[in-house]
Amino acid sequence: MVTMNSEADKTQATNATLAMSNAEKHPAVESTSSLPTSPPATATAATESCAPAAISPPAPAQATTQTSVPTPAPEALANGNSNSNIQEVVATTSSGSAAATTAEGGATVNGGGGVVTSAAAATPPPSAKTVNVRDTTTSAGVSSSSASKSSGLLTVNSNHHHHHHHQQSSSSSTSSQQQATPSTVVMQSSSQHQRSNKNEDAPNILVYKKMETIIEKMQAESTGVAVRTVKAFMSKVPSVFTGADLVAWILKNFDVEDVTEALHFAHLLSSHGYIFPIDDHALTVRNDGTFYRFQTPYFWPSNCWEPENTDYAVYLCKRTMQNKTRLELADYEAENLAKLQKMFSRKWEFIFMQAESQSKVAKKRDKLERKVLDSQERAFWDVHRPMPGCVNTTEIDIKKAYRRGGSSHGTGSSGASVAKNPIEQLSRIIALRKQKLERRTIKVSKAAEALVAYYDQYNEFDYFITSPELPNPWQTDSTEMWDTEKNSKEVPVRRVKRWAFSLRELLNDAIGRDQFTKFLEKEYSGENLKFWESVQEMKALPQAEIKEAIHKIWQEFLAPDAPCPVNVDSKSVELAREAVNSPNGPNRWCFDVAASHVYHLMKSDSYSRYLRSDMYKDYLNCSRKKIKSIPNLFGVKR
Amino acid sequence: MSEGAVSASNVNANEKMANLLKEAENLKTKLEEERSKLNDVNLSNIAERLEQIAYVNIKPRKVLKGHQAKVLCTDWSPDKRHIISSSQDGRLIIWDAFTTNKEHAVTMPTTWIMACAYAPSGNFVACGGLDNKVTVYPITSDEEMAAKKRTVGTHTSYMSCCIYPNSDQQILTGSGDSTCALWDVESGQLLQSFHGHSGDVMAIDLAPNETGNTFVSGSCDRMAFIWDMRSGHVVQSFEGHQSDVNSVKFHPCGDAIATGSDDSSCRLYDMRADREVAVFAKESIIFGVNSVDFSVSGRLLFAGYNDYTVNLWDTLKSERVCLLYGHENKVSCVQVSPDGTALSTGSWDYTIRVWA
Repeated sequence: MVTMNSEADKTQATNATLAMSNAEKHPAVESTSSLPTSPPATATAATESCAPAAISPPAPAQATTQTSVPTPAPEALANGNSNSNIQEVVATTSSGSAAATTAEGGATVNGGGGVVTSAAAATPPPSAKTVNVRDTTTSAGVSSSSASKSSGLLTVNSNHHHHHHHQQSSSSSTSSQQQATPSTVVMQSSSQHQRSNKNEDAPNILVYKKMETIIEKMQAESTGVAVRTVKAFMSKVPSVFTGADLVAWILKNFDVEDVTEALHFAHLLSSHGYIFPIDDHALTVRNDGTFYRFQTPYFWPSNCWEPENTDYAVYLCKRTMQNKTRLELADYEAENLAKLQKMFSRKWEFIFMQAESQSKVAKKRDKLERKVLDSQERAFWDVHRPMPGCVNTTEIDIKKAYRRGGSSHGTGSSGASVAKNPIEQLSRIIALRKQKLERRTIKVSKAAEALVAYYDQYNEFDYFITSPELPNPWQTDSTEMWDTEKNSKEVPVRRVKRWAFSLRELLNDAIGRDQFTKFLEKEYSGENLKFWESVQEMKALPQAEIKEAIHKIWQEFLAPDAPCPVNVDSKSVELAREAVNSPNGPNRWCFDVAASHVYHLMKSDSYSRYLRSDMYKDYLNCSRKKIKSIPNLFGVKR
Repeated sequence: MSEGAVSASNVNANEKMANLLKEAENLKTKLEEERSKLNDVNLSNIAERLEQIAYVNIKPRKVLKGHQAKVLCTDWSPDKRHIISSSQDGRLIIWDAFTTNKEHAVTMPTTWIMACAYAPSGNFVACGGLDNKVTVYPITSDEEMAAKKRTVGTHTSYMSCCIYPNSDQQILTGSGDSTCALWDVESGQLLQSFHGHSGDVMAIDLAPNETGNTFVSGSCDRMAFIWDMRSGHVVQSFEGHQSDVNSVKFHPCGDAIATGSDDSSCRLYDMRADREVAVFAKESIIFGVNSVDFSVSGRLLFAGYNDYTVNLWDTLKSERVCLLYGHENKVSCVQVSPDGTALSTGSWDYTIRVWA
């Protein structure tokens, strides 16, 4: 698999022209202006982060020479601006497009900008499934940490404040190992995104919170899923449960319909990283004796750190140092490591050192504890850098990311500015509620009856509920239904019946409208429909033709000497006259009152007479007779 | 201004705020009182006389493969068999869904084409997204679709949704700038703009009534508004969702709307009763809803979720009828075909499926 996680600065120009060499495109993160200053917290982080920066100049240095994008001055980094946005691309296609990507993508390092959007980059798919398109806005509400929380935490790696403050509150975990804070499993990165405050109501956070409540229930002492340590030949498998137990638990404790839904539910919990198979990179659940483990809250996605590629590099590098079969790199991981090494060649020494120190700490741990921690760390990366073919569940809808990032960037929605003014917003809500209070409404029973009656009337036309007269083309691969509708002169009785439901139905059917027109002509009241139709047609015209069309309608139907006068009350005519002669020029809605008056006239008068007329009855009977031959046809065909 | 004056004005602002909050709350209580007087029975009680929908014959029939990234929006052609789709890969594809052939593909200058729509004539398509614009392409048989494009309107943030309101000559759009807008296609003139939401507009739908003057919008401010196109004013508003409203659809009768939200529920609001009349949710459904659509009779509501499934709800009995599995990532859009014979679903798994 090729994972590309390019983090591009949300700067004008650069992103706009982003185009991957493979014709895939970067999500065009539209022009945004960065905030001029980074929050104070950055400054403290700066001193520590200067180490990595000093050791290794940022990625763009590797970009091919064609780059026309501003390259960062190394001093900027030495300065210790932990906010510098280094574009990191782990990616290469067979044609080695990573370099090109870096160049085109504009590895802009923004000296002081605190705003980063890590945007997606796609890869040319060997098969569509292996592509991993990522789109996240790190600076947006996705992130959870606030710098203040990190204060006082030791470690050289204060770069990642947020790594150290996960909530242990949800510590109902069943094994002591799970509670161990993997504080030593620290990922280090030279590029750090300043994160905004936790956005509790961000859509993905909402889901995470719901999942976590469920996970906590699952981990409850006596009512949860039984977690045990399994003795295997020569060794122990600590803190596991089986897929079958998990599915059974879900079936018992949730309103799921069947095993399929329970399994799907379990799969979702797994693909979001809350539970994971102990020795498989594919985060899914099988309903059998396969062993699974709970993820430690520290690694829950709600902690919301979008890990850097450097973190990933350290992790993979570390794995190669540990001489354990279970820690051996999978093929795709080895490939990723090779790419990362190429990409970070200049700071590889630093990455290696980090990995080494983490590995040393790990070796001092208790054996079982290590087993659990290693698997949890692996599962974390399986979520954030999933195996080929697996869904990356950390991606968020760009609309939401854009919006939540928007307000703090001074970009995006003007809605954000409204939201910023609570007084204005409240006044709006008050106005709307007042409007609602003034509204005359009907009883719920009446509305409900109407909805049920609508179903009664239409259920025979609802092909998900009643089979159509002719076979459904999608089910039979036969287009007979559509062909008959197009070519046949016969109108099926069902269709004719529908004309009686409402005037709208009659007019929506071309043949029905035709019939009604003929009926009105016979009654010498054709001008009403003509007027109504003219108004609808006029409303659909391009703006440039509106004025003339309005004039024509006025002359033909409403003017004192109109050749084809419609029966409209004087008030509606007066309103129309005012609208037509309005100083701003008439608009396409100027005849609406008159038209709706005419419509109701037709509905209450001509339409009901039409339905009672022999003309309609004959038509209905006629199509009924013809229809009789169709069921036979049916029988032959089937 | 002196320090005292500043703090005094702060006090005033706070006081004003508190008063407004109190007023809003009072109105809410009063509204609930008023409405509860008319809330004489549940919709599901009235629907008791109906038979339960035991089984819906719906299976996956077609899979449309060809996009190289997330499918974000689809729209059925008025001819009942073609589908247009837009994707994060920056491409617009016109499919003959019946044969699963791709008939046209247009590459847009932007990625993340969030919305696309067929013109009523079937001869044009409108689309847009992160480029903040709505662009119209004529559907021609030659290769020049892209060359004949026309930019109709521009928002100040992404365009999230668009529809043609009964005419090839106008386009109605919703945007991340929290407004909706009605554009004249030929001139690009803004015919009407719709201000009122305090969050991104995520979805719009045209009322199926004879005049076509009203539409509904759903927004990240958790509200759904009914608008009068002529005045540009909100004529009705519905609250109740706990999170972003991602989808809105008119009931085919035109007197009710359904909404889908990130709070993982769908709701049915009746415009005559001016209130929520049903909530479609389950404890085991925890992911957000991206898209909803009704069957022809309004009895079934199809809802596409972030948990890769489509749920079929019995809107009258407020029960789930069944679940459609098949997509391997979030379901971004669902739409019943114009003649009600099929359901299309688009997903982040790069595919579009047709169910019937």
